[in-house]
Amino acid sequence: MVGTEMGVASLRIAGIARGASISLSVDGRAVEAFAGESIATALWAAGIRHLRASPGGAPRGMFCGMGVCQECVVEVEGVSVLACQTRVVEGLDVRLRHDDPA
Amino acid sequence: MSALQAQRADLLVLGAGPAGMAAATQAAQGGLSVTLLDEQPEAGGQVYRAPPAEFGPARASPDATLGAALRQALTASGARHLPHRRAWFVEPGFRVHVVGPAGPELHEAPRLIVATGAHERIVPAPGWTLPGVVGLAAATVMLKAEGVLPGHRTVVAGVGPLLAAVAVGILKAGGKVAAVIDLARPNDWLRRLPALAARPELLARGVGWRARLAVARVPVLHGYTVVALHGEGELDTVEVAPVDAVSWRPLDGPRRRIAADACALGHGLVPDTSITRLLQLRHVFRPEQGGWVAETDADLRTSLPGLYVAGDGAGIGGAAAAEERGRIAALAVLRDAGRLDAAGHVAHSAAPRAARQRAERFGAGIATLMQARPGPYAAIPPETVVCRCEDITRATIETALDAGARDVNQAKAWTRCGMGPCQGRMCGETLAELVALRLGDRAAAGLLTGRAPLRPVPYDLLVGDFEYAALDLPAPAPS
Repeated sequence: MVGTEMGVASLRIAGIARGASISLSVDGRAVEAFAGESIATALWAAGIRHLRASPGGAPRGMFCGMGVCQECVVEVEGVSVLACQTRVVEGLDVRLRHDDPA
Repeated sequence: MSALQAQRADLLVLGAGPAGMAAATQAAQGGLSVTLLDEQPEAGGQVYRAPPAEFGPARASPDATLGAALRQALTASGARHLPHRRAWFVEPGFRVHVVGPAGPELHEAPRLIVATGAHERIVPAPGWTLPGVVGLAAATVMLKAEGVLPGHRTVVAGVGPLLAAVAVGILKAGGKVAAVIDLARPNDWLRRLPALAARPELLARGVGWRARLAVARVPVLHGYTVVALHGEGELDTVEVAPVDAVSWRPLDGPRRRIAADACALGHGLVPDTSITRLLQLRHVFRPEQGGWVAETDADLRTSLPGLYVAGDGAGIGGAAAAEERGRIAALAVLRDAGRLDAAGHVAHSAAPRAARQRAERFGAGIATLMQARPGPYAAIPPETVVCRCEDITRATIETALDAGARDVNQAKAWTRCGMGPCQGRMCGETLAELVALRLGDRAAAGLLTGRAPLRPVPYDLLVGDFEYAALDLPAPAPS
């Protein structure tokens, strides 16, 4: 297994075997992720927790973690997906809807 | 809509947690063709959720062992397990419409076992919508499956055994727990010792968790609740207050502020009844089992012939009870399908019935501990968002109640609370408790009518490709 992280500041748990290191694009910015992770996890570990805006414009992010609450909706290749239910893929183009309430 | 070719089986099972896995295995062993449909990539449900295959073999733990055994038996049974399937509509008869990896599918069978489990009850507090606040179940998924900590300093708050499980999970992963905020007092646990003694191994595990928190000097505040979550754009502070011992209403007086970048929050489990409500079955209100459940006989047959419920969706009982309920429901299916005679049914049912009873005694101890109490709901400030999907505040709901709304469906229709994409799964409990505060009776507040789609589905996926010009449109009305 590649990609075991030991960084103190990282939220990724040390000593866990992960999948291959890959790269996502989040609003045009490169974010490191590991194969097998959900998009929500990869963003969480990168410190990106504000994923979208509520109808009233308030910041929202992953909440239930199991595909129920619909709070972690992000746009992938133009389609709305739940970040907690969608696995990362190399080169995935993720867009956050901070201005456009879903 | 293009006509979908139905995929047929003798039995459909919805949900691949312990109940669904055990049910599908038992029914397939009994000679039925079984299709098990589930949203997740791997069978296991939330409790036995496995790390992604890319992470290599799972680390040893009691849950990993139990989950692996169920998965192995499922594979050996010949049941057809279809992961990545999101059910959005269920018709009587039974026709289950799902969205799969390659698009929409239709599955058809004369019998259906609903094993869709439970979701979390989370009582709103100001700021609970801030990024950084997650459910206890979400924290569990992060720790057990995704290999990531909820935060650098996490407050774990709410009620039930998941509090200690998540806090210890964070410690074991090398993270920091800022505090555990537990609504229950030691007395609430002690009173349930006789029930919890039905599963000594789990009781010992719980005691071990508490000891580990003490050794790590994690502050554990019993009889406390989260009254507000603060932060600019993201969580940075959790505000807590003591509660009264009976209703759990926050008491006046000084409050404590705890610096934390994450808060895992959960107040118990609610059986998922979305499918049995959609099919308009009879439900009964059993607060000691998490709330509304479909009415069933002892073998988990519902009031609709051919439809069975199993697992926590039939009332919160825990993973071990769920597994036995799955077997019992499958044996009822085999009996009703003529694959087992009466004597065979009795013989096969003896062991799972006994195991279910023991597991349910323990489960009842936990479920009553997590039972909703009115205090935390009464204390929700007016401007707090209750319905996260539609940004509906408590004040808006109270206005509808002032105007005469007398059950949850009226309150929903007048405010839109529960109409968003989560279909009331996150706010339904709060809405019902707020109505109940007016009526003085939670059962009288009713339950939300089930509606399709059960999960949001992309419309173009269902409609498929078509030429607008080729549609047979009716003539416009004369102007």
